[in-house]
Amino acid sequence: MTWDYDVIIIGAGHAGSEAGLAAARLGARTLVLALSLDAVALMACNPSIGGPAKGNLVREIDALGGAMGRAADASYVQIRRLNTGKGPAVQATRAQVDKRQYQAWMRRTLENQTGLELRQGLVSEILAEGGRVTGVRLATGLIFRAPAVVVTSGTFLRSRVIAGEHVQSSGPSGLLPANELSRSLASLGIRLGRFKTGTPPRVDGSTIDYSSLTRQDGEEGLRFSFWEWPSHREQLPCWITHTTPATHEIIRANLARAPLFSGVIEGTGPRYCPSVEDKIVRFPDRESHLIFIEPEGRFTKECYLLGFSTSLPEEVQVAMLQTVPGLERVKVMRPGYAIEYDFILPGQLEASLAVRGISGLFSAGQANGTSGYEEAAAQGLMAGANAALYGRGQEPFILDRSEAYIGVLIDDLITKEITDPYRMLTSRAEYRLLLRQDNADLRLSRRAHGVGLLDDECYRLLCEKERAIEVERQRVAEAVARPGPATDEALARAGTRALREPTRLADLLKRPEVNYRVLARFDEASSGVDPEVAQEIEVQIKYEGYLSKQEDQVRRFRRLEYLRIPEDWDYRSLAGLSSEATEKLERIRPRSLGQASRIAGVNPADISVLLVHLERRRRGGGES
Amino acid sequence: MIEDTIVALATPPGEGAIGIVRLSGPAALAIARGFWHGAKVIPRRVQVGTVREPSGEIVDEVILIYMPGPHSFTGEDVVELHGHGSPLALRRIMELCLAGGARLARPGEFTERAFVHGRLDLTQAEAVIDIIRASSEGALRAASGQLSGVLRRQVEQWCQSLVGMLATIEASIDFPDDVEEVDRAELWRELDGLVHEVARVRSTWRQGRILREGMRLAIVGRPNVGKSSLLNRLLREERAIVTDIPGTTRDTVEEQISLAGVPVRLVDTAGLRETADPVERIGVERAYREVERADLVLLVVEAAGGLTPEDSAIAAQIPPEVPVVVVINKTDLAPTLEGKERLAGEVGARAVIAVSAWSGAGLDQLEETIRHLVLGGELPPQESAVVANQRHFTELATAERHLAEAIEALQGQAALDVVSIDLREAWMSLGRITGKEVTDEVINEIFSRFCVGK
Repeated sequence: MTWDYDVIIIGAGHAGSEAGLAAARLGARTLVLALSLDAVALMACNPSIGGPAKGNLVREIDALGGAMGRAADASYVQIRRLNTGKGPAVQATRAQVDKRQYQAWMRRTLENQTGLELRQGLVSEILAEGGRVTGVRLATGLIFRAPAVVVTSGTFLRSRVIAGEHVQSSGPSGLLPANELSRSLASLGIRLGRFKTGTPPRVDGSTIDYSSLTRQDGEEGLRFSFWEWPSHREQLPCWITHTTPATHEIIRANLARAPLFSGVIEGTGPRYCPSVEDKIVRFPDRESHLIFIEPEGRFTKECYLLGFSTSLPEEVQVAMLQTVPGLERVKVMRPGYAIEYDFILPGQLEASLAVRGISGLFSAGQANGTSGYEEAAAQGLMAGANAALYGRGQEPFILDRSEAYIGVLIDDLITKEITDPYRMLTSRAEYRLLLRQDNADLRLSRRAHGVGLLDDECYRLLCEKERAIEVERQRVAEAVARPGPATDEALARAGTRALREPTRLADLLKRPEVNYRVLARFDEASSGVDPEVAQEIEVQIKYEGYLSKQEDQVRRFRRLEYLRIPEDWDYRSLAGLSSEATEKLERIRPRSLGQASRIAGVNPADISVLLVHLERRRRGGGES
Repeated sequence: MIEDTIVALATPPGEGAIGIVRLSGPAALAIARGFWHGAKVIPRRVQVGTVREPSGEIVDEVILIYMPGPHSFTGEDVVELHGHGSPLALRRIMELCLAGGARLARPGEFTERAFVHGRLDLTQAEAVIDIIRASSEGALRAASGQLSGVLRRQVEQWCQSLVGMLATIEASIDFPDDVEEVDRAELWRELDGLVHEVARVRSTWRQGRILREGMRLAIVGRPNVGKSSLLNRLLREERAIVTDIPGTTRDTVEEQISLAGVPVRLVDTAGLRETADPVERIGVERAYREVERADLVLLVVEAAGGLTPEDSAIAAQIPPEVPVVVVINKTDLAPTLEGKERLAGEVGARAVIAVSAWSGAGLDQLEETIRHLVLGGELPPQESAVVANQRHFTELATAERHLAEAIEALQGQAALDVVSIDLREAWMSLGRITGKEVTDEVINEIFSRFCVGK
């Protein structure tokens, strides 16, 4: 067969964009099919990128050569740090972005990417022969041939938009649904689930009375991307208001018309992103819930109301809003709605995000049951890279749970039962002290460059940073601070005791109160250290004990993680496994003993039994 | 691939003529060297020496055999320590191994390692699997049998409060816009309460052991003060004799009785006196060792002879941490005893009881006193949690250590993300006691307790 492309990506949202870029960076001739060219990298929900755990994903995507971090840097209207007092592992950057600018930047990046073609087209069918993918057919009948296809169709699969009694077959933001694609997936034998999510109403910012609201501003000197500094710009504020008992009254009076409770919605919604009606039912004692008013962009008055997701009828939404301080005379520009959609049950995926049973088919993003732009983009990058590697007959690129949040995300998806849309949380990462947002480049960029995902210029910057850290580490280990007025005063100002004898800077940094800002007051050389290098050194020194604790845990984890299980193993033929373990192992088909040990219902004795069978097989002990 | 060293008792727990503690793994020899006192260890040679406490105190005389891998049973470095079979000494050796960095072996793990390292041939694979399966189920039965409903409920309650604390921290980290800052003082208070609770229950290990294996009660005194007749009297009084256990030497005799439902091992020792006779001296040394291991010592003196310098010398040999009851015997012959109070003060005796082993007078009071002392005044109430299983004890101790470290981190102004590392470890240790899988509980708790999200 002659191929038109090496890789075809179905969808150009956050997953599809990164998938297309990653495949093309690896040299694959790549076609990205967008349902609408005006909806590339559409932010259909909130206008922000990053936050706890999600920010780590953005940094990891960036460290792997992905685009999301640079897109956010190019388009933010506000950027700030969260969790600054809660420790290095959980510090997070979050940006409010201009949605149109974000889309424009991403579309231009796709257009400029060598080896990538961007094209509008609604895919109606995935073509396959003999268990192998051969291409896709558009609704218009046009066929494109490729040996690898990545499904990144987001929430468009057989989607329905719902507000009150109004139900419509539609994708988000009035776009077309992908009904035929959903049927095509099912006919390939892929099991689908059904989820729902929702979005709040958007309002005209010029009809808001800000006088009584709390203002939230951004900070200077922050960025997502490791590789370049964005241009300086004026930042926009966000505003905080809250619901009132009157709001709750209206919601209660209209619960019968809420599709969530009237039975119109069958899909499972995300627990971390409840609609406001859900909050009021589940937490009846709370008199008020916060609402964050976020600008949708610089060139529009449209504002997003974070915390106010709802699918009540449009006229009820208006009445509810008028009970919120500052919104008494607000004009709604778009009503909130719920959306229900099919997704691919991710237990059918391998760690490469390949769909088991159909060679050359991959899937990523919300189509896999996750939620969030960052989760989608992270999977997209991995699936796009692995589709390209698959086409070249190379080993897939896989990150494990100790290397990246991306590893945690994908391992959770393929190992656990996903019962509601999956959002990344820092508490899902066992080794999060090692998976900080500040060291994503140090963790991942060398490997990314080796695979071909990261260009030489970024690699050079990485090497420079590594060298700078090494040099500085050496310096503070040797340089000595001496007692004296300047030192004493700086230490006193930091709230720590004066020196009695000459002390190495590295030992001073062990004090909780001392950081590079304090050192810089009496040590000239410390003031010239690059802030990112300084941060790395501070973390390494201050958290040495905890870091080595986590490294020990990782060593234990790796013992089983790289004991591979043969792909074709018939667990039913293995003596000694419990029946529950057999059933789960048959279904999930873990790639390693480590993954097997994380499956609910597989206990340590089952792992021992598997170990014995593995050994027996290694020694050529027949069929087991 | 295997980096850790495992340890287990190779003989069934309980009384046996000999008991073997077996270590396997790369650190086996290093761990054993931490407490082994004897000749330089030579591979595959039977060597006699002692196991000692870090303080230098002797735990037991043992035989050590070192078999370097790959030519050992498991294919790894293996060290076997053959003790005299006293459960107390064997357990202490196990504890020293664990403290040295070994971990308790999973059921069937020695066999599993033997197979993985090619020490068993393929035809034995099925048998190995059967062993793993059977011993895992056996251990499960045994462990759940020993995991009393009370302890289970207690541990589950702790897990619940740890999940609550973790959820509070995690919610504030993952949803900083929606959830209030963690109250560190409150967290500290809660943790402090928890660590004391865990420590209290962990310390019932000794009490649990007494309930399970019986307490060791050593009867000592000069020759012919009536130790044996006291023993016989106690045995006659209590008709519920469980077993006759021959002593490890002809110089000590062990008998087991049941005292208010608590098994009590009576150890009648040889008369204690200075002697030049080498055979008798062995008996005397053994008697002193019994005294060191005992949960309670009955020091028998004669009413008639008054307190002799020999009695005082014997009393001086009893370690201060071992509780002592002075028994004044032969009150039928001489009703009073000079210096009784002085003797009591000298040995720090918990009680002084006058009896006549011959007539039985005062025996009731003696038994009552013993029961009172051993069980801390009373039998443990039915509803209190008691630790009776080594694995449970180890996990509790680990949990306690992590909790203490979490408290220390909180005190040291450490960030919440590092505090949560220790909390999680503690929670996982406790979870291993109840055998419950602990995957997504924290996340579920966050969503049920906090109203978070957009």
